[in-house]
Amino acid sequence: MKHVIDQLSAYWQYPFVQHAVVVGVLIALCSSLLGVTLVLKRFSYIGDGLSHVAFGAMSVAIVMKLTNRMPLILTVTVISAVLLLRTGQNARIKGDAAIAMISVGALAMGYLLMNVFSASANVSGDVCSTLFGSTSILTLTQEDVVLCVVMSVIVVALYVFCYNRIFAVTFDENFARAVGTRVDFYNFLIAVVIACVIVLAMNLVGSLLISALVIFPALSAMRMFKSFRSVTICAALLSVICSLLGILASILAGTPVGSTIVLVQMAAFGISYLAGALRTGVRR
Amino acid sequence: MAQLICRNLAVGYDGHPVLENLNFQVRAGEYLTIIGENGAGKSTLMKTILGLLPPLNGEIITGDGLRSDEIGYLPQQTEVQRDFPASVWEIVLSGCQGRCGHHFFYGKQEKDIARRAIEQMEIGALISRCYRELSGGQQQRVLLARALCATRKMLLMDEPVAGLDPKATADMYHIIGKLNHEKGITILMITHDLEAADRYATHVLKLGSHGTGFFYGTREEYRRMHAESSGIQQGKSRKEAQNETCD
Repeated sequence: MKHVIDQLSAYWQYPFVQHAVVVGVLIALCSSLLGVTLVLKRFSYIGDGLSHVAFGAMSVAIVMKLTNRMPLILTVTVISAVLLLRTGQNARIKGDAAIAMISVGALAMGYLLMNVFSASANVSGDVCSTLFGSTSILTLTQEDVVLCVVMSVIVVALYVFCYNRIFAVTFDENFARAVGTRVDFYNFLIAVVIACVIVLAMNLVGSLLISALVIFPALSAMRMFKSFRSVTICAALLSVICSLLGILASILAGTPVGSTIVLVQMAAFGISYLAGALRTGVRR
Repeated sequence: MAQLICRNLAVGYDGHPVLENLNFQVRAGEYLTIIGENGAGKSTLMKTILGLLPPLNGEIITGDGLRSDEIGYLPQQTEVQRDFPASVWEIVLSGCQGRCGHHFFYGKQEKDIARRAIEQMEIGALISRCYRELSGGQQQRVLLARALCATRKMLLMDEPVAGLDPKATADMYHIIGKLNHEKGITILMITHDLEAADRYATHVLKLGSHGTGFFYGTREEYRRMHAESSGIQQGKSRKEAQNETCD
């Protein structure tokens, strides 16, 4: 144990480790807050779908040789998110089918463009690191960290202030609209925020991790808790703890960061499932 | 003046009318049941009254001190809700969101309203229970309490007893009747239960299938029409039977 602590404190001296931990934890926090709403609205796969859209947009930006790719990627992703979430309960193409369509389409288009036009020698390497994050969380700059902190503060503040409205819109869109809540505005807000979180997070940790961070904490928390508030708080805590553990484990063991965090999340889900089962079992 | 007037109303989706030229009005304290076959446009009509769908033609006028956002709504349960991790208190309180205006959080006033609605629905014991663990009848009471937080004047209900057992159904009708009688809340209820429509309603709106006209009138008028039309049918079948014996 002492050996592990010594090793960790040695690594903590490096700024890139500090950056990785701060960014990883903040992204985990933001995506898990939104994740509860998205999972309950049956949009679990939106993280995956939108990051593929972002990937498609990124390959277009690369082909067009844009120096600043961010505006294009962000615009395309935000538009897709708004279109996906706007459809809601009354859609003709249901949410899951729409996400699957956009996700696969964007992925195929992005890969095709990168293959045909790319100047890089290692296309599959580029694609792989975009999707799985590879080591990019360990190569963050000071600006990345600042950007991430600012975004997290905005997301958490919005979530806290709109909490009651978000609950109402998630539980029953039609009722909320009938009593005068601006449902479309809140759906729009959720879509824009999740798109921004995903675009930023994809650059930092890869798209595999971002969908895991949206889905797992929410599902684990729902196994154990019975009210919306406790589920939300538990999801946020779980997500932060799992990401922290995952990052530390990957540093110690030299494993890829993204997939290590996902594995820790899966373990946490298993434990939550058992805890939930025990709890209901005891009551009966 | 009536609380709700529908004049030459046409309702439907995407410009395709399901119902046209609908005229009826509801006064304060009335109990209107809306009956008709599947696809007759009952839910579409209700969503249009609530402002969830735009009317295709004609107009909906609210009056007698009723604002269009003061209508309480008891929707049919969605798939999402059956497995939703939320406590009874959170759900009932969410009925107050229309009262918050530009405030972000619920104040003491909203919490008092929610508490009163919970007492009225006799679900005080369930207040911290999880919604998805309740029985169908209890879930409907929770949603009714939520609707009561939004209004004291008019409730719209979309098949409030769908999927309930006979005991829970009777309880639900009893509670709705009490709200109507004692609190003077106007009720508009979609139902497939013709017997209940006959027993509790003051007025009946019967929608024909595929837009083939409608009937609107008091319960007595509805009974008379019903008796006459079934009488005509019986007479007709007797005549046919006579013809057959002659052959």
